[in-house]
This record gives sequence, C-alpha cells and structure tokens, in this order.
Amino acid sequence: MSTNEFYSLKVNGVDHHVSDAWIGESLLYVLRERLGLPGSKGACEQGECGSCTVFIDGAAVCSCLVMAASAVESEIATVEGLNADGTLTDVQEAFVTEGAVQCGFCTPGLVMAVHHLLDENDSPSELEVKEALSGNICRCTGYGRIFAAVDKVVAVRRGALS
Amino acid sequence: MPVLIAHTISEATEILAENPDATILNGGTDLMVEVNFNHRHPSSVLLLRNVPQLREWSIDSSQQTITIGAGVPYAAMETGAIAAAVPALAQAARTVGSPQIRAAGTMGGNLGTCSPAGDTLPVLSALEATIHLSSQDGERTVPFGEFMVGPKKNSRLQHEIITAVTLPVTGNRQGYSKVGVRNAMVISVASACFAIVDDTPRLAMGSVGPTILRAVKAEKFLAEATKDLDNISDEIAREFGEIASTEARPIDDHRSTAQYRAHAIKVLASRLAVRGTAS
Amino acid sequence: MSSVKTKRDVLGTSSLRPDGGAKVKGDFAFTSDLHAENMLWGATLRSPHPHARIVSIDTTAAWKIAGVECIVTADDVPGQLTYGLISSDQPVFAKDVVRYMGEPIAAVAADHPETCRRALAAITVVYEVLPVLFDPELAIGDDFEPIHPDGNLIRQQRIVHGDTSVVGDVIVEGHYVIGMQDQAFLGTESALALPDADGQGVEVFVATQWLHEDQKQMAACLNLPTERVRLVLGGVGGAFGAREDISLQVHTALLALRTSRPVKMQYGREESFFGHVHRHPATVWMRHHATNEGKIVKIEARFVFDGGAYASTSAAVLINGVTHTQGPYKCPVAVVDGYAVRTNNPPCGAMRGFGVVQACFAHEGQMDKLAAAVGTDPVSIRLMNAMETGDLLITGQPVESVAPVARLIRETNEIPLPPDLAIDANELDLPGGSGITAERKHIRRGIGWGVSIKNIMYSEGFDDYSTARCTLSDGKVVLKFATSEVGQGFVTLAPQIARSVLGVTDAVCDTIDTQIGSAGSTSASRQTWMSGGAVDGACRLVRERLFELVGAQQNIEPIRFAIEDDEIVDTAGTFRMSVIEASQGITISETFEHHHRKTEELDENGQGNCHVAFAFVAHRAVVDVDPELGLVKVVQIATAQDVGQVLNPLSVLGQIEGGIAQGLGLAVMEEIIVQEGRVRNPSFTDYLLPTALDAPVVVARMIEEYEPQAPLGAKGVGEPPCISVTPAIVAAIRDAIGKDIDRCPVRPQDICL
Ligand SMILES: Cc1cc2nc3c(=O)[nH]c(=O)nc-3n(C[C@H](O)[C@H](O)[C@H](O)COP(=O)(O)OP(=O)(O)OC[C@H]3O[C@@H](n4cnc5c(N)ncnc54)[C@H](O)[C@@H]3O)c2cc1C
Ligand code: FES
Ligand code: FES
Repeated sequence: MSTNEFYSLKVNGVDHHVSDAWIGESLLYVLRERLGLPGSKGACEQGECGSCTVFIDGAAVCSCLVMAASAVESEIATVEGLNADGTLTDVQEAFVTEGAVQCGFCTPGLVMAVHHLLDENDSPSELEVKEALSGNICRCTGYGRIFAAVDKVVAVRRGALS
Repeated sequence: MPVLIAHTISEATEILAENPDATILNGGTDLMVEVNFNHRHPSSVLLLRNVPQLREWSIDSSQQTITIGAGVPYAAMETGAIAAAVPALAQAARTVGSPQIRAAGTMGGNLGTCSPAGDTLPVLSALEATIHLSSQDGERTVPFGEFMVGPKKNSRLQHEIITAVTLPVTGNRQGYSKVGVRNAMVISVASACFAIVDDTPRLAMGSVGPTILRAVKAEKFLAEATKDLDNISDEIAREFGEIASTEARPIDDHRSTAQYRAHAIKVLASRLAVRGTAS
Repeated sequence: MSSVKTKRDVLGTSSLRPDGGAKVKGDFAFTSDLHAENMLWGATLRSPHPHARIVSIDTTAAWKIAGVECIVTADDVPGQLTYGLISSDQPVFAKDVVRYMGEPIAAVAADHPETCRRALAAITVVYEVLPVLFDPELAIGDDFEPIHPDGNLIRQQRIVHGDTSVVGDVIVEGHYVIGMQDQAFLGTESALALPDADGQGVEVFVATQWLHEDQKQMAACLNLPTERVRLVLGGVGGAFGAREDISLQVHTALLALRTSRPVKMQYGREESFFGHVHRHPATVWMRHHATNEGKIVKIEARFVFDGGAYASTSAAVLINGVTHTQGPYKCPVAVVDGYAVRTNNPPCGAMRGFGVVQACFAHEGQMDKLAAAVGTDPVSIRLMNAMETGDLLITGQPVESVAPVARLIRETNEIPLPPDLAIDANELDLPGGSGITAERKHIRRGIGWGVSIKNIMYSEGFDDYSTARCTLSDGKVVLKFATSEVGQGFVTLAPQIARSVLGVTDAVCDTIDTQIGSAGSTSASRQTWMSGGAVDGACRLVRERLFELVGAQQNIEPIRFAIEDDEIVDTAGTFRMSVIEASQGITISETFEHHHRKTEELDENGQGNCHVAFAFVAHRAVVDVDPELGLVKVVQIATAQDVGQVLNPLSVLGQIEGGIAQGLGLAVMEEIIVQEGRVRNPSFTDYLLPTALDAPVVVARMIEEYEPQAPLGAKGVGEPPCISVTPAIVAAIRDAIGKDIDRCPVRPQDICL
C-alpha cells in the first residue's frame, strides 16, 4: 500500500519525484508539466488520438488515461527515452526521410506506436500495420507517408539482419 | 487523497472496507476520461492493476468453462487460448477502441462502467456469464442478467470488487458483430452477439436499449423453426433478424437514429445466425 | 561541367523538413509546450446556451479561491470590444447577450489548471434564455428578430451572366446538403503571453495562421500601439483554416497584462470545438441546362451558407462558393443567388477549400445526373465540358491560368483500378472492419468521379502581399519572414529557393514573428506563391548585389554572371568563383515584398475579375459498400493534380494524401452535429476522424504545366486535394448502391434506409 501526495515515477530509467500533486493528474500532465518531459503530446485527453502514447511496463498505452500516481511501481518509457545517445532511431530517421512528418503533433505518439509494433512483429502485413496504428490520429498526412516510413524500417531491418 | 495500491485480492477488499469511498481503478480507460473531463473527482483511488491474480485466467475442462480475471487486458483476449475458447469474446475485444485502449482496458472495467455500448457485455449476456465479486464479507457470484440493471448501473455493492468472469466454452458457433461509422476505434451504434449454447440459440443486443437486451422471441423462433442450427436457411435467418429487431428498444442520439439501430440489429442478427455455416 | 558536387536541396528536390529531427524526438516546441517562470494558467468561461440574455455575472466566489489571480469580463476589455477578420462583430467577451453555445463570457488566471476549473465553476451567470435562430432559411428574410445589430444576413450575392432566357434540351436538378466539418488540427489552440515590464506591451507566442492580422486585432482590443503587441509563432500543430480567426489571443494577453505575469492558455479538445470556426454547413440547389449531347448551356443555383453567430470570413466564403458554381467546366449562362447568414449556430469561417468544397459537392453531383440524363458516362460528360485556358467564368473573368482540366481527367482515368476484393478478403478490408459486420458476398463496389477548380490567393480587390528578407554572409543565408509554418512545409521550401537562386548550401529560417512585414495568412493555397515569391524576390536582390560586388572586383559586367550550382560563373568568359568565397566577410541583406496582381470586386450581377488564379484537380474514387448496413470503405483514390511546377515532390505528395483524407472524412464520417444551436459531439469520441484503417490507397500524378503568372511557376497545392475527393467518394457510393444521395457526410441510414 502506498499513498501519493509525494510520489516518484521511474521514467526512462530515472526516478523523478513529484510533490503537491492533485490526485486526478494524468501521467501525460505530470510528464509534461511537472517533469519537464513535453515530448508526449495531448490532443484529446480521452484516448482517441494516441499523441500521448508511452510504454508502461512494455505496453503502449495512452498516458492521458493513466493516473500518474498509479504508475509508481511501473517502468515508464517516453519518446525522450528513445534518443539517450543523441542519435535518431531507425523509426525516427524513416519518419523524417519518408515525409511522415508535417505539423509533427502526432509524431512522437506515432513513433512510439511504430517502435512498439516492430518490436513485437518484425514483418507486419499492411493490415497489421494499419490496425496497429489505428489508435494514432494524424490529421495532416493522410497516413501514406507514415506507412512508407514503416515499410522503410522493416526493409532496412531485414537487410541489416540478412 | 491517496492512490492505494493493492497487490492481492484480499488486500484490495481490505482497502475497500477501510476506504468505502475509494474509487476502483483498473485500466483507467473509462475512469480517467471522466476525471480529465471534470465529471468525476475521486477523493481516493484503489488501484487493481498491480494485482497479478486479477490478470490470470483458467480453463476448467471438466465444467467446460473459462474463468477470466477482471484485470486481463483486451489485448490478451484477442488471440491465443482465450480467443480459441470464446471466439465471440475475442471478436468483441478486438473492436474495443484502439491498440492502446486494448492494452490497458479490462473486462472488469467494462462491467464496472456497464455502458449499453460496452462491447464485451453482449457476449457475457448471450453466453450467460457469471460475474465473481469479492469483498471482506466473502465472495459471491451473479449471473450477468442480474448484474447489469440499467444504463451505467450494476448490482455490485460499494465494497465489492469484480474479480473474474466465468463463461461456458461451447464451441465455434458464436460470433460478435458491431456497427460503427469508422473502420476502427469507434463506439458501437448497434451490436449483437449470437451463440449456440446447449443446442439453443442465443442473441444479445448492445446499444439498442438501457441494458444489454436478449432477443428472447427471436431465440424462441429460431429454436422452433429449425432443428439443424448449422443449416439455417436465408429465409429463417431473415425472419430471425426481423423478430430480433422488434425486440430492440433503441433511441435517437448524436451517434445514430433509433430506426437505423433497429435496422442494423435485423441485419446483424440474420448474418450472425448463418455466419460460419455453409449457407 | 564541374567536378562532383555535394547534393544541394534546391527547388525540385525532395528536400527534408528542417524541423523533422526535432519533431520525431519530441523536442520541437509546440506552443502548448512553452513555459515561463512564474507562469499562470488561463481558462475561459463559456455560455451553455446558444442564445440568451446575460442578466448578471457574479465572480465574487471565484475570486475567493486560493490561487486565483485574475478574472476578466467584457468590462475589463481596455480597447475595442469586438474583433473579426472582415467585420469586427464578435465580442471579446459576451456582455449583454450570448449568441452561440460556447461563447466566451469571462476568463480567469490561476496557479494550476485545476484551480482555473474550480474558479470557472464558481462564477455565477444568470441567463434569460432567448429563442434560438437555428434555421438558416429563417435568417434570410425578416422572419426572425435580428440576433445581432448587424442583422441576420451577412452577405447576399447574385450572379447573372449571359442570355438567361436560354433553356436546355436536358435539365437536371438537385438539392445538396453539406454538413459542418471541423478542421480538427491535432494541436489545440494555445498561447503564452509575457507582459512587458512597464505593463504597456506584451509579447505573445501563439499558434496562428497570420501573425500580423492577430497583432492588429489584438492591439485594437487591448488599446495598445501595434508595435507593443509583439507576436512570435509558437510551434503550430496543424491549422486548415481554424487559426485564421482570433480565439484565445486577446484573452491570454489581457490576463498577462492584468496580472503582470506570464499567462498560458490552452484549449482542451472539447473547448477547441467551441473555440474556433468550422466549415460552413450549406444547402445548395442547382439546375443544369444542357444540349442533348450534354454540353452545359446554363446553370441556375442557390446557395445558403450558415455562418453561425458571427461574420468571420463568411462573406468571402460565400463569394468563393457562388463564383465556383460551374466547376471546371465551360458555362455560358448562369443565374446564381447566394446567401451567407447569421444564426445561433457555431460560427463558421475558413477551412481548407473555403466555400468551393460546398459548390463542388453540388456541381459534381449535377455532372453525374447530367451524364445519366443524356446517356453518357461520368468521364465523357466531364471531358465534353472541360474548361480551358481563356474560357470565361460566369463572373465574366477569363481563366488566364494554365487549365489542364481534360488532361487531369484523362491521366486520372489512366491510373489502373485496384484489384477486386478477394473472395477471402480479410475483415479489415471490408466495410465495418474489425466489427465483422459483413462477409465478402455482402459487399458491392462503386466508382465515382470528382473534378474541381479552386481559386488560389485572396480575391475581390484585396491588396495581398508577403514580405521576406534574405541575408547572405560567408556563404550562409538566413531568411526572415512572418509566414506561418503550420505543417505545410514553407520552412522547407524557403531554403530550397535560396539554394537555387544563390547557389548556397547553408540556408536557414529565422524566428517567425512580427519583426518584419506581414506575410499574409497561411491559407488560400497562397504561401508558396506569395511568400515563395517574396523569398525568391529577396534572394534575387541579394544575388544582384553580389554580382555587382564581384563584378567590381573582377572588372566584369555583373550582367554576365549567373549562378551555376554553387558558383558564380561568367557566362561570357572563364571566371568562376564559389558563392562561399565570393560572400566571405561580407553581409548582404535585402527585403522584398511580393504583391499579386490586382483583382476587382464583383458588381451587383456578380461580374468582375475577382480572383487571381486557379488550380485544378481530378479525383476518381473506388469504394466498397455494404448496402444493407450502409457501411463504406474507401478503397482507392486516383488523382491527377495541376500543380504548375513541383518544387518539392515529397511535400506535394504529403499535401495530396493529407487533403484526400480530410475530403474522405467529409464524405463519410466527419460532421459536427448541431441541434437547435447545441453541439452534440464536441469530442474525438463522437466527431470521427479517419484512422489508418480508413485511409485509402492513393495513386497520385502531379501534372506539371508551368504557370507563367506564378513567381516560381508553381501553383498552390494545399486545398485542391480535399475538394473534389468528397463528391467522388459520394458518387462512388451512389454507383455501388444505385440510389441517389444528396448529402455529405453520407451516414449509414442514408445508404440503407
Ligand atoms: C478511446 C476509447 C475508446 C473506447 N472504445 C470502447 C469500445 O469500443 N468498446 C467498449 O466497450 N469500450 C470502449 N471504451 C471504454 C473502456 O475502454 C472500456 O469500458 C474498458 O473495458 C474499461 O476498462 P478499464 O479497465 O480501463 O476500466 P477503468 O476505467 O479502470 O474502470 C471503469 C469503471 O469500472 C470500475 N471498475 C474497474 N475495475 C473494477 C473492478 N475490478 N471491480 C469493480 N469495479 C471496477 C471503475 O471504478 C470505473 O468506474 C473506450 C474508451 C476509450 C478511452
Ligand atoms: S491525448 Fe491521450 S489519446 Fe489523445
Ligand atoms: S503531422 Fe500533423 S497531425 Fe500528423
């Protein structure tokens, strides 16, 4: 059992302390406004856009629907954690080169969703890609270049393996 | 204003007994929307997500049943052994929200909310599932038909937690269909679950009434109309759908019209009755 | 030619976004990501009623809440009490009366968003509910009391052209209804205001489409000199027209000035639905007269655009609608009546396609009716009537733009159709998707067409211009402009222009703010033309100066110089020198203002050269429909688009695919549902946007025919993709089910009941 007026969250392997928090604060809010990690975006705060996608204990979920104080025993990974060494991941690289980014608001969430998809399934079919990304709304691109970016990563990873 | 984290069911019921006002939190996919939109202001929260027992499931082959913990996320029901045991549940689970929602959302939460649009509920209704509740007073089970008592109303007592759901394992003649206006991530406008249990047809309908409705007249019609449920004629299927649609009690709202909902039930029911058969 | 050069991202290449790296890492600072020391949060109190008299506003209880620092109402607005893009008719805060659900009444500043919420809840407003004017037809006559001092009719425009006594051999008629669409950009409205130390000015970081217009309107409301309201573009998460009007700008600045503290405001999704204008819902009646072969001889039409409570850009949307009645087809005679009206519905204004979307939905429905009436097919009827350069519009304006309409239709038609739906098609490929509502045998396929003409840039005599500065030093170029980057990619294009004109590699964009002249709005598909023209002009001026300098040093007439790759070369000699070397140790800076040619206002018969230029596009849609359940899956969109010149293929493709998805949304799912003035679905749960599983395969051809009027030969490409794809999809649905459908979005019940 634990209480939460003061609590700490493990984000990208680092413990962060949160104090004076209101119980209802979502993980998205706490990441962005209290922990200085604004990479996760909020566009709906009701799980309908995927811009806020993070990993909690390895599962890709909407951080807007996670009560922050409830995640004290979990490993949280955010988009900021992808570039610990400063370089872009293959997914990020492909998003840039394939034109998957326009306004970029959906991008961090999509990058997380694509990483999650490809970690679980290294050669997804077209429909598997679409289903896996169906919780991430992009209003700018119409998704075409996003699918192209996923294809590119799959191809490169396959080439690198073979 | 704490979040109280339980790690066992007994710890959870104990916390709930001591903090009767605590709001139960599982995947958060219903509760947090209400909190974010200022509709709910919990003063304390009991977190069930970290109770491993609630994330377990087991098949009892002697009883031909499967018992699924209230904390099993939808993602775990979509494929694998649960899907093989209760295909209609897997189909329903796969239609819930998006992959992110299915990674977090649970049947316990679907039951806790008890929305007429809850996607697992028609399956629980058609398969006449049993809901397991636990409290400091002990455990009890309630048939689904007595559990959901109104729109967003159920017969769970304040100090009880939903621990699991038991469903019969009845083979493949069952299916779930859901109509929504988008090809993914959509709340149901009308849904139906058809199943054959103990050689009798069952049909439950979602989003077309204050609770999940059983189409009892349609079920009776079909049982009487044919002895060979694996060979239902188009004619009979159509009439089955028509009767079912008269049993729906839909309303007009911003998602659809009553007329369309009733029509959709007619189509879904008749298609479900023959889905997977030769016809 | 010279030896191997490093690839430079000049015009015509798929140069990558300079902000791409930051955006994929989550490092890019959207306005909502900004923070300031000692910052307060702002929030807005909004009307729950579509029409009501405000009897009283009591803020006493809210002031007592710990953490509340400021509450402002209409009484606290220091300057002009209203704002607006065309006419200043919208109150900063409602004072005596609220005219739409969600109209702002007060704003608070407090230490935490949650404190703000509590404060809003503690403000008591007593309303006297008034009858709601929700039927646009009632707003046209004198049937309803004026709901605003400016009256209920925002604008009326008639077009009478040619010999109107003409009657066709064949006449087809239709009534069309277009629903209210939302721009639904992902990054909701947001601003951070920082008050000047002396309290006499403010700096505002804001996500907007037009910094200078915001600045002008804000300064008037705040009663500050324009130069004391400094705007900086914060990162913008999409726009699509919804950021052309003021939303939270004045409120945020006012709270910051009153508290002498930085204030940040950000709308949630629900508030965003109330916080910006939408696409006008419209009803359009059209009657086409044609010869027996199908040649159009006359069009009669009537448009009613529901502008909602305030004028916004309704007057201009109306003109776009009525002047595009004929579509991309020849039409010698027309009689058109158009009305933009005021109601107690949500205010409507700019959205991608701006009035032409509504016209196109109707004229394309008509073309199919005409094809059926004369016994021909959708392609032939369109080819038969296709507009060409030099044709007269029904406004009497000649189409001077390149107008490859027939070619667009033919090229689209050449794109192979998608394969048939497999017998064992996956459920995700069927309408209904994972809901498993159908089997393969229930599905019918349909094909439909849509072709459109869209004016680009501002019309009706508006002196439209854009400003840019180019500074070259040590081989590096810095570009300064106030052009809003909303995702469209001007920050990619501008450096490409500089590289092409100046032969540099290193070209970057400076901060986008009001420290330079206006760039106009990022709308009307105008920035590549207007701001592209300004950047191009500034770079050319710098190049002239550079040639003069090098000419003086080398004793060569500057006129003999040209840029070849990254070198200055003497076209009449052997001298060459790299631009880097030539610009070493010097700084050349030039500013250029690009104006487009003058346009005219329309006369009372709707005649006049009111538009600058036009772009065209053709779409062919293939859909799968479940006729019994009314569910649709869009399979493929084939398109050929008139782009003038492709300056960045990847960017153009992004605009095409993105626009198509928005047009698809309007065709089959996106609609703000308003009942008696009340918005019923202000959320992403119920306002449905296309997901990855709704996205069709897009096969696009970019048709390059150099546009001589355009500074870079390129037409704007932003709006056309979303215009005719909607009628194409709806036509495909009609084709699949053999039933007339006259509205969009098409709802399941429209198909099956
Ligand atoms: C974007 C989005 C899309 C959605 N789409 C769908 C959809 O398509 N179909 C659908 O059916 N639902 C949908 N939902 C709703 C939601 O995901 C489901 O109802 C889900 O099952 C809730 O589970 P949860 O674990 O997240 O519940 P929580 O939010 O944790 O809890 C929901 C309610 O149940 C109570 N509760 C939870 N667990 C227990 C328990 N063990 N004992 C007692 N009470 C409990 C809680 O107190 C709360 O009142 C959607 C939600 C979102 C945000
Ligand atoms: S902000 Fe979390 S899903 Fe939209
Ligand atoms: S790039 Fe703008 S929402 Fe996806």
